[in-house]
Amino acid sequence: MTRLRIPPTAIFGIIVLALFIGFALIGPWIVPYDPETTVGRTWSGPSAEFWLGTDNIGRDILSRVISGARTTIGLALVTTLLSFAIGVSLGIFAAVAGPRVDAFLSRVIDMFLSVPVLIMALIVLTALGSSIPTLILTIALLDSTRVYLVARAVAVDVATRDFVDVARLRGESLPWIMAHEILPNALPPLISEFGLRFCFNFLYVASLSFLGLGVQPPQADWGGMVRENGQAISFGILAPIWPALAIAIVTVAVNLIVDWLLSRNVRPSGASAEL
Amino acid sequence: MAQDPILEIRNLRIEAQEHVLVDDVSLTLRRGEVLGLIGESGAGKSTIALAAMGYARAGCRITGGEIRIDATDLRRIGVTGRQGYRGVRIAYVAQSAAASFNPAMRLVDQICESPLRHRQMTKAEAQARAVALLGRLGLPDPQALARKYPHEVSGGQLQRAMAAMAVIGRPDILVFDEPTTALDVTTQLEVLALIKKIIAEEHSAALYISHDLAVVSQLADRIMVLRGGKMVELGTCAQILTAPRECYTAALVAERDHSQPMMRPLPADPGPPVLRVQKVEAAYGRTRVLQGVTLDLHRGETFAVVGESGSGKSTLAKVLTGLLPPVAGRVALDGRPLPEGYRSRSAEELRRIQLIHQLPDMSLNPRQSIGKIVGRPAALRLGLKGAGLRSRVEELLALVGLPAAFADRQPPQLSGGQKQRVAIARALAAEPDILICDEPTSALDQLIADDILRLLVRLQDELGLSYLFITHDLGIVRRIAHRTLVLLQGQTVAVGPTAEVFAEPMHPYTRNLLVSVPQMKPGWLEAVMAEKTVHK
Repeated sequence: MTRLRIPPTAIFGIIVLALFIGFALIGPWIVPYDPETTVGRTWSGPSAEFWLGTDNIGRDILSRVISGARTTIGLALVTTLLSFAIGVSLGIFAAVAGPRVDAFLSRVIDMFLSVPVLIMALIVLTALGSSIPTLILTIALLDSTRVYLVARAVAVDVATRDFVDVARLRGESLPWIMAHEILPNALPPLISEFGLRFCFNFLYVASLSFLGLGVQPPQADWGGMVRENGQAISFGILAPIWPALAIAIVTVAVNLIVDWLLSRNVRPSGASAEL
Repeated sequence: MAQDPILEIRNLRIEAQEHVLVDDVSLTLRRGEVLGLIGESGAGKSTIALAAMGYARAGCRITGGEIRIDATDLRRIGVTGRQGYRGVRIAYVAQSAAASFNPAMRLVDQICESPLRHRQMTKAEAQARAVALLGRLGLPDPQALARKYPHEVSGGQLQRAMAAMAVIGRPDILVFDEPTTALDVTTQLEVLALIKKIIAEEHSAALYISHDLAVVSQLADRIMVLRGGKMVELGTCAQILTAPRECYTAALVAERDHSQPMMRPLPADPGPPVLRVQKVEAAYGRTRVLQGVTLDLHRGETFAVVGESGSGKSTLAKVLTGLLPPVAGRVALDGRPLPEGYRSRSAEELRRIQLIHQLPDMSLNPRQSIGKIVGRPAALRLGLKGAGLRSRVEELLALVGLPAAFADRQPPQLSGGQKQRVAIARALAAEPDILICDEPTSALDQLIADDILRLLVRLQDELGLSYLFITHDLGIVRRIAHRTLVLLQGQTVAVGPTAEVFAEPMHPYTRNLLVSVPQMKPGWLEAVMAEKTVHK
């Protein structure tokens, strides 16, 4: 069979992501201080006591970055899973349920797509108030419209194959056809897409928190931490850099992994043999 | 021929990851000579053809041997060196012209690409030669045709345009990789004759690859038989056809010969028809594809539906299975009218009619195990579960001649013939009365296709099945069909017992189809073409 060759960039991505997922899993047991209590002066610089310094009300930044990993990555993961559950089922349904259902669903989705996600999220969260469940549901629903487009395109391709006709003629139900005939064949591109969407949702959560509509204080969350310490920049203090750096590193790491997954899905073509 | 060989391949070895695709194959080609390469799929024919240009597909590597054009070894001159040879000294014609042309470029621009790139001609010269070549390849109004895009012309025209593309740089060696396999019999005949003419006129040497010995025998001076990447036999065309040395070659030659019927004769009074089709008309949007087709299918009978692509024969299968509701007409199963769409048919009605597709790759879900594929109809319709289902699956696999262990494999691990057997087993799992076979053997190699036909005939004997057999291959029709219907653009041109349909006096269209089936007789191509011109 094919040998598994992972490029060094993807290995780097996997290591970084594993590290942060480790933080998210065992964070509460390894933090040096309680992330939600004041333990020092406001905005003290990095020292032996506080490795990354303290924040605007004197909390340990290292502890907050570690415990923020759980909120930020966890939220992005749950949101993406939910958005895929909705988007993939609707997308496959549109592909097999006939042209009318497809046209109807696709037009409704187009309507949602015409409004930028961040603006839509701002409106909904301002109107409904921000709590973690509303946050997850809002982002998942908005993001599922993008997932729908990909899932539908892949599923339409699979649905034209003869084995789907065979299943229809056997009298299989639509859900059975969707789950057993279409989904397994649509999976590889959807898995790559999952990585990509995870990355976007991670940034949405961070930017909504930055705008004050995401995770509410005192809970630690990277986007919120950047906002809380934003003014420190004018005093030349490093405090907002650390959460921002964490966001940047995780985003890059996930992108490196996704790039590798995407390139694996591309079939080798004749041209790549000798150019 | 005392000339030095123009192309010489010595001890060629090509590997892909872990297996050897081509092992120790040597061949020589002299100016004006046509060498036929023949073998089943997987025999390494196309791989050798590409290697003749010093090229290997992605994932394959040429690991040993020499490929010499004149005295230069293509393996030693680097990529740029090889590119200087391609299109100038050696050119390639691929199997599927439709997949090989760039859909966004005009034909003339694609044909002229090579001579312009190699600076052999000016643009005006190249275009003039392209148009002249298209004319010589028998295309009407070549000037206008050259300006068209690939999707605007037919498959046969596209294949000829590709031949023009190969010949334009006046190469010494032409490589034809199954250039007529994707075409209808009647179109294949014309393209073959033109290829033969152009090889002779350009005085080039040619490698001609095909799985059809009859096609190769019309063009080749010498024939090389390949199997599993190794040479089986090399000889002159006449020697291979009349006195093959190896058993494998003998089997290939014998294949076309036995044209005696395989099926059992029907009883004199076959009783009432199982399936009755009356004046069925069907359309895609506004395009009428079936215009009043009527036929009766009896128990244990094979009814062949014959025609070229576009004649509506596959549409008939769709109408009967309920995938495409007809515009007019009636279909009755055992005297009771059958609802038009499959959604309104009962489970029992769905079970009794099963379909076997042309391409098992498309009709088997690559992500399901063979056990699930074959077992699902039995589980759904007969309520079998667990050990009972497992033993039913093994029984069905045994019925189509596959070992029980296959139940745990996935379709990609099987060969084409094995996959088609799985598709048949799946159809039988529903315990049907009628099997609609839509060209079930046309994607398979000759010997494998013959096994499948024998299997179908055996199953008909054992289970009393009725077949509606859709095909373009009249050789198959004569061997297995009790009755035949010939379709031309959705209309019935002839119908009746097979022997009568093919007896004189024949409808001109039936006759055209029949004479176009390639035969191994030397000089057959010229004889048929001569006869055709007389008729025109």
